[in-house]
Amino acid sequence: MTTQVALSNVGKTFPASPTTAALHALGPIDLELQRGEFFAVVGPSGCGKSTLLEIIAGLTPATQGSVEFEGRRIAGEAPDSIGVVFQEDASLPWLDVTENVAFGLRRSKLAKDERDARVRDALRLVGLSDFATSYPAQLSGGMRQRVCIARTLVMQPRLILLDEPFGALDQQTRLLMGDELLLMWRATGATVFLITHALDEATMLADRIGVMSARPGRLIDVVETNWPRERDSRIVERSEFGAITARLWKTLREESLKTIGRAVPKPAADA
Amino acid sequence: MKRLFLYRLAVVAGAIALLEIFCLTGVIDKITMQPPHLIARDLYRLLASGRMNGAIWKTSTNTLLALVLALGVGVVAAALLHRLRALRDTLDPLFATYYAVPVFAFYPFFIVVFGLGDLPQILIAFMLGVVAMIVNTLNGLDRVPPVLLKTGRIMRLTPIDTALRLTLPAAGPYILTGVKLAVAYAFIGIIGSEFILSRGGIGYEINFAYNNFDNATMYPLIVLILLASIAINTVLTRWEKTLLARRGAR
Repeated sequence: MTTQVALSNVGKTFPASPTTAALHALGPIDLELQRGEFFAVVGPSGCGKSTLLEIIAGLTPATQGSVEFEGRRIAGEAPDSIGVVFQEDASLPWLDVTENVAFGLRRSKLAKDERDARVRDALRLVGLSDFATSYPAQLSGGMRQRVCIARTLVMQPRLILLDEPFGALDQQTRLLMGDELLLMWRATGATVFLITHALDEATMLADRIGVMSARPGRLIDVVETNWPRERDSRIVERSEFGAITARLWKTLREESLKTIGRAVPKPAADA
Repeated sequence: MKRLFLYRLAVVAGAIALLEIFCLTGVIDKITMQPPHLIARDLYRLLASGRMNGAIWKTSTNTLLALVLALGVGVVAAALLHRLRALRDTLDPLFATYYAVPVFAFYPFFIVVFGLGDLPQILIAFMLGVVAMIVNTLNGLDRVPPVLLKTGRIMRLTPIDTALRLTLPAAGPYILTGVKLAVAYAFIGIIGSEFILSRGGIGYEINFAYNNFDNATMYPLIVLILLASIAINTVLTRWEKTLLARRGAR
């Protein structure tokens, strides 16, 4: 495996404003993402997960350290070959599903046939072929999120950043969307970087899971799941699934308590 | 919907019938107003004779010109102001009080500067419409979800692409509200100006007929303006409903 993304000493401090003090939100963080891996990040609310994703995407500049994508430093501009799916609905309500998915391709120099083929493939991959002429308002929240995923996939990114893409969906839909995401990951061969607050989702989907501390967010643990590449949501039935999720929660519980301002209680065995 | 339409139709028909009765029974005297059926007949004769074609053409083209100017300048100005925060903060209070200023009060100035041609009339109509466009477009741009702007950056759209393909379409329903207002203001501006600034146009003809007690011309022309306004507004409202329905609203 080769390193695709390298974060070195990355940190973010938001400057003081007339009404707020300066805020050290993130870092320092050192992390390497390997080409083709599925990496998930979990952490307490407000620990800077989304800020980290936006730094990698080039949407927010880091105030310290550096981020390299395929050997090139990311500096204030979204690099080519990176796709992002946000938690919020980013479908374009004035365009139908096909036009939404093709949105990013209009500036490409691809022939129309090639563009149409890519859109068709992406729609098939996310299971929306039958809704090609529907408008986002006619779709459920999960389907709209799939439109956004398809819009990212047609650009054939080598790195896909997902910022809690299933955060607004119910548990069953999330599990099914997770299956679809794994299918897409295998089909595209892209590296996936997933931000989530759901520990079971991270455990089910990822090859490695980074656990972040309370603000300022740092990586305090990286857990390897050792799942086979061919997997789906039935992996939750494995005994290791519970063990991994429990390990994540053990680390995260203390950090979450810090976030809500509670003292970390001693384990019962120590009392 | 159909029932609502029928109710509306009944209200309008009832009002016309009442007017007809008042006119025919002498409650409203003949010098003040003709009965509606005569107004309709005179309107038909006026249009069929072609006597008003020049005035209709002049008013229509000037209104359209003022409207196009107001829409173009309004949208571009709003898009620029949305990016230039300091300038917007400076101008916002002026926009808020703009319609308290009677634009028609400037007409002597416009005559001195631009003469008695079409230009001052178009300018007055433009001035009335442009701020409605700016304010409504800004309102729409303020409501564009930040995630769409991030999407534009991820797609590496240029600022112009972002405006044309993301932010302005996202602000579409608000812009359309601005268009509806601008249409109304453009009509008011042009026809009002023709009353005082012009030697032609429907406004001028209405004023001329009024001064000569020519009810057979004045009322049909008023009805003509009314019908044109209703027709345009109906088309725009239908367009707005389609837009909103597509977006899952209303």
